[in-house]
Amino acid sequence: MSGYQDVIVAGFGGQGVMLIGTLLAYAAMEDGQNVTYLPVYGPEMRGGTANCTVVVSREDIGSPIIRLPKSLIAMNRPSLDKFQPRVKDGGTVVINSSLVDMDLADNDRLRTVGVPANEIADSLGNTKMANMVAIGAYVQLTSVVPLEVIKASLRKVISPNYAKMIPANEKAIHAGADAVRG
Amino acid sequence: MSTTGERVLIKGNEAICRGAVDAGCQCFFGYPITPQNDIPEYMSKVLPSLGRAFVQAESEVAAANMLLGAAACGVRAMTSSSSPGISLKQEAISYMAGTELPAVIVNISRGGPGLGDIGPSQGDYFQAVKGGGHGDYRQLVLAPGTVQEAYDLIRKAFDLAFAYRNPVMVLGDAIIGQMMEPVTLGSATTPTNVDQDLGWNLQGKGQRHPRLLKSLHLTDGALAGHNIRLRDKYESMERDVLFDNFLVDDAELIVVAFGSIGRIAKSTIRALRASGKKVGLHRPISLFPFPSQELDRLAASGKRFLTIEHNLGQMVEDVRLAIRKHADSDFYGHLPGNLPTPEDFEQPILAALGVRT
Repeated sequence: MSGYQDVIVAGFGGQGVMLIGTLLAYAAMEDGQNVTYLPVYGPEMRGGTANCTVVVSREDIGSPIIRLPKSLIAMNRPSLDKFQPRVKDGGTVVINSSLVDMDLADNDRLRTVGVPANEIADSLGNTKMANMVAIGAYVQLTSVVPLEVIKASLRKVISPNYAKMIPANEKAIHAGADAVRG
Repeated sequence: MSTTGERVLIKGNEAICRGAVDAGCQCFFGYPITPQNDIPEYMSKVLPSLGRAFVQAESEVAAANMLLGAAACGVRAMTSSSSPGISLKQEAISYMAGTELPAVIVNISRGGPGLGDIGPSQGDYFQAVKGGGHGDYRQLVLAPGTVQEAYDLIRKAFDLAFAYRNPVMVLGDAIIGQMMEPVTLGSATTPTNVDQDLGWNLQGKGQRHPRLLKSLHLTDGALAGHNIRLRDKYESMERDVLFDNFLVDDAELIVVAFGSIGRIAKSTIRALRASGKKVGLHRPISLFPFPSQELDRLAASGKRFLTIEHNLGQMVEDVRLAIRKHADSDFYGHLPGNLPTPEDFEQPILAALGVRT
């Protein structure tokens, strides 16, 4: 299972968790790896929580559905409550500490990393980029793909109408990575 | 259309569309139902822009009969739906089988019975493989396990439909339909000219003898002769059997599972292999023709079997028939309404191996 990584990305609908899941999937493909991206779709997409599962591997990928993930990006409290207990021992949990009390992090069992994603995004001019801060932190912590490939893949997942937003999103990804760099 | 060799990240539903477009599909007839709605959505945008036909029919029954009409003209045509909608198409599928028309039907199946839910299920295996409509017929059934296979198999479906002049079903589920994976695209086939004479299609009589395409045979002996010919055709499909074996050579136990369940079981098998359990996977890709000969071969070499499905137990009957001279198969059914994960299959596999836990 060399180079195998999987992650559940979860948050409120509207926080852009599907977008950063897609971004990670695209970057993994551009990096020459195998990847699956599975969204939770249907009623859950309207209003409540949204989540997707991304699996990245040098080997061909079996299950795209992961009950016990190696990693979690929790953008809000319900996501942490729901998925943190399922993360494998020693797994990595990126927590949006702008919205989630870090006392809830299971530090004994997991590598939990708080990132004030909303504040960082705010300081860069747009709270909506909190998702990019979080994916930057996750990629820095796991090295699942090079940070440069994540940034280069923005062009693939952001529609041309919003191309002018790409430089700011690149900065947000960098800021997320800087926030967790040891 | 696609650029050959291009690698794209797309959903299974989109892969089916791009495969169909690249295979030269000229007509799509559909009616909305989740989880296959991405297919008519994509086709409604792309086919008209290529000068081809997209029709949102007034019902599934109408869509299937429009497909029958297009197939009778000898063009590459398809419909898609999900379980309850596929039930409504069965009458036309039976007529197309009886009339020997080449048509492609996609079922991105959902939980049942009835309206069930919009999640994945393999509850339509019997309907797909045993002939869900009336009468005594077979359709080729291809079950992709990856998004790449969804792209490749829809292309193959069109080729097989015309090679055998027979309906072909591509059977996926909500996992295959909604998941994104990288796909390497192939070359685009130019659609058949509607005026092309295939020797049987209806394209305007002109100076030749009239043709009649029908499934009604009332004259003495006509239906018997027709059915003997159909049987011989169905038997000849054996040469197009498709399957994927994974770590079967030294396996004591072979898990038999198709589609998305096959790949989920693969993760379980990898994890169990890491702890020394000798387990392999046989994944039928063509469900009709069924890989009976290969399963018989594996059974003859002393393997034991566990069939895993996302239903009450359907394909397991075909597995048992295939291996009956040498072995039997245990069964584990994960019921629709629950998303299956690799962990769900661990205990059933260990139990079939005879490991006490």
